[in-house]
Amino acid sequence: MIDNQEFMVEGYPRELTQNPLRKIWMPCKNGHIAHRRVCMTNCPTLIVTVGLPARGKTYISKKLTRYLNWIGVPTKEFNVGQYRRECLKIYKSFEFFRPDNEEGLKIRRQCALSALNDVRQYLSVEGGQVAVFDATNTTRDRRRTIIMFAEQNGYRVFFVESVCEDPEVIAQNIVQVKLGNPDYIDCNSDEAIKDFMKRIKCYESSYQPLDEVLDRDLSYIKIMDVGRRYLVNRVVDHVQSRIVYYLMNIHITPRSIYLCRHGESDLNIKGRIGGDSGLSDRGKEFAKRLRNFLQEQNIKNLKVWTSQMKRTIQTAEILGVSYEQWKSLNEIDAGVCEEMMYEEIQERYPLEFALRDQDKYRYRYPKGESYEDLVQRLEPVIMELERQENVLVICHQAVLRCLLAYFLDKTADELPYLKCPLHTVLKLTPVAYGCEVESFCLSVDAVNTQRDRPERL
Amino acid sequence: MAARHQRPVAASDSSARTNEKKCSWASYMTNSPTMIVMIGLPARGKTYMSKKLTRYLNWIGVPTKVFNLGVYRRNAVKSYKSYDFFRHDNKEAMEIRKKFAIVALADVKTYLSEEGGQIAVFDATNTTRERRELILNFAKDNAYKVFFVESVCDDPDVIAENIMDVKVSSPDYPERDRESVMGDFLKRIECYKVTYQPLDPDEHDKNLSFIQVINVGRSFLVNRVQDYIQSKIVYYLMNIHVHSHSIYLCRHGESHHNMEGRIGGDSELSERGKEFAAALKRFVKEHKLSDLKVWTSQLRRTIQTAEELGIPYEQWKILNEIDAGVCEEMTYKMIEEKYPEEYAMRDQDKYHYRYPGGESYQDLVQRLEPVIMELERQANVLVICHQAVMRCLLAYFLDKGADDLPFLKCPLHTVLKLTPVAYGCKVDVFDLGVEAVNTHRDRPLVQ
Repeated sequence: MIDNQEFMVEGYPRELTQNPLRKIWMPCKNGHIAHRRVCMTNCPTLIVTVGLPARGKTYISKKLTRYLNWIGVPTKEFNVGQYRRECLKIYKSFEFFRPDNEEGLKIRRQCALSALNDVRQYLSVEGGQVAVFDATNTTRDRRRTIIMFAEQNGYRVFFVESVCEDPEVIAQNIVQVKLGNPDYIDCNSDEAIKDFMKRIKCYESSYQPLDEVLDRDLSYIKIMDVGRRYLVNRVVDHVQSRIVYYLMNIHITPRSIYLCRHGESDLNIKGRIGGDSGLSDRGKEFAKRLRNFLQEQNIKNLKVWTSQMKRTIQTAEILGVSYEQWKSLNEIDAGVCEEMMYEEIQERYPLEFALRDQDKYRYRYPKGESYEDLVQRLEPVIMELERQENVLVICHQAVLRCLLAYFLDKTADELPYLKCPLHTVLKLTPVAYGCEVESFCLSVDAVNTQRDRPERL
Repeated sequence: MAARHQRPVAASDSSARTNEKKCSWASYMTNSPTMIVMIGLPARGKTYMSKKLTRYLNWIGVPTKVFNLGVYRRNAVKSYKSYDFFRHDNKEAMEIRKKFAIVALADVKTYLSEEGGQIAVFDATNTTRERRELILNFAKDNAYKVFFVESVCDDPDVIAENIMDVKVSSPDYPERDRESVMGDFLKRIECYKVTYQPLDPDEHDKNLSFIQVINVGRSFLVNRVQDYIQSKIVYYLMNIHVHSHSIYLCRHGESHHNMEGRIGGDSELSERGKEFAAALKRFVKEHKLSDLKVWTSQLRRTIQTAEELGIPYEQWKILNEIDAGVCEEMTYKMIEEKYPEEYAMRDQDKYHYRYPGGESYQDLVQRLEPVIMELERQANVLVICHQAVMRCLLAYFLDKGADDLPFLKCPLHTVLKLTPVAYGCKVDVFDLGVEAVNTHRDRPLVQ
């Protein structure tokens, strides 16, 4: 971000040079430019979860963190339960959480403060922009402490409360994520469930949900019954608006997302990137195998999405099902390098070739795109994938890497090198706090289009 | 409504391209017709939201139309006498009012089921359960989805301002003075209050899909969003505000390519272009725009223009000019010579036409949607962009259809100031007096 004062004093208009890697025009002198990023707020944001145990707070925290990082907003979650586990070493029983357990209360308060300390470190020292403070935060008193902390440090606070009384949802929650939790590593399922239910009871008596009147000046979203209803209060900036939109689009209905590339194309065989060629014979064979695969999988109400490039559409056509085309799913635009082979690029544009290896995520092809641009372009696809249930996305290598990075929480560093071979289908099934990946290689030969990360010299 | 099947599009077969689906992505995703039903006492901003929402939905390519019951009433009851018409114990009037609700619904049916409309916004008070039941049954009979938008407001200042802003100039009050208008209108509101049954999310209306907009967007209650388009509607309503602000749109200063008649590319400002940037700086100073945000694209010519202003600016890649694909940096003459078929097709349907390897205006609109959403959230913004981009943005603010959009006049060296006013947008044109080439191509005459 440009410092306003500094700006006015230095001479202007300043000469522009184009950053050779990102192809962004910047004034010579400083090399800083307010290049549009998602989070243009100057204050860091502290997201604070609120809710009884087993209401999906950690699920929401982790998912939100993953989403924000993917769209380029440095975000980190701070789970107070983790701090408690580190402090306490051995969890004995729900008794620790009894509201009259002085010792327990002291430790829990210490853990919260310790976590807040780390939040400060992350937001004010390490350059983080959003911190997700994941704890029950069920009393007004605790929330006041956090608000004061945020005020002292110049952070904006946004509460995310999850309210749910559906016993089935809560039970399923406990089975999915609590049983495997380190707290219950030595118990059998029944014992664990019983103990956890008692733990919830400990919180219930002192629970003060966010109140429409008492908390009318706070910024928050109250999620009721796993997304059936939302109460949104005082959204003050862009980041909060995006968070609300995201939270309102996610669901927990079981489903699977299938990702694959188009069948091998003629240009693939020639070792050329980009372009808009048709399928090779092997590519067509893959499409047929894909059709059989889908039938075997017996997927309910499968939606099929393709890009607007011939090779994905041809693949879908062979499936014999209806499909929807998205221009945003088109492969990364290689600009002047379209339809060239890597060897040709190295020969003709040696500087570009080297720059790309330097920072493959941010590197933008001349008159083309970068992986970073691709992520921005794909955000609406991700949003719609969150809304949908069973979907098959037939896309391209770079696009698939971006989508996969979102689901598997890969960093910008890892993203451009994720392995997405031709003729392989990835099946992603949300489970607990993450995503289960199954890889199905459909046994049709194809060229290998992967270029590994170059050795550091 | 939209067919799910896609015919394969062979990129090299240009004639096949003309048969490509013309509807936008948003339209495509809206599979059953939807009725948006407004709810609320008078002067709660229902018509404001209806019109704005309709403008937005049409812009993203979802055919939408407003059905305002007040208009039907005014057509039927020629002259409005007083608030007595709205008394809930005025049986005769109640009958009349119910009748034109039914007429309006019949028109909704024609629009959604016969004229290819996808969304109908039913703008009326709809304050009783009985009326809403009528609408729900109507929708059920016709297989329309229903999404309610209730505006709840108890801030007397907001209500008063509302009345002064739009009701004073309403056809209902042609020659009255302000005070008596205010008086009559407040009594009208009282008539409705007697029978007002707000949505009840906990019991009676818990299975309906709706959003309650509380105190002009301070808070929202959202219940049972069913699909993509309802999700977008909610997002939009949550981002708009009613604070006064102005949006300034202009193009970069004249560029070298402009002077050569070339389209696209990434050239620098010409001397005159630099003069314009200086004139723009004076303009910004004169207008004393406090807290002005400045946005540019990532092409050199807009950035150079912004640099001249001496204030911080933000670059948006999505504000880049339309990608002319293989035609980049060519003059129109060169395009006509090298790609005569493309040239002809563009004149045929400039909005949907996509340059080979490039974009169409329709693509541009989809690309610019986050810009519009952010403009709605912001206060004063100056957007320095490009001809096609500016046309798309302008079309949103001035409610221009796909047909007119690609021919909107956006000359170089001219700043447009857009100020929301009542139900629309006021435009002030500022020609900054610096000469430039004319890059506008008028709509070709029909052969």
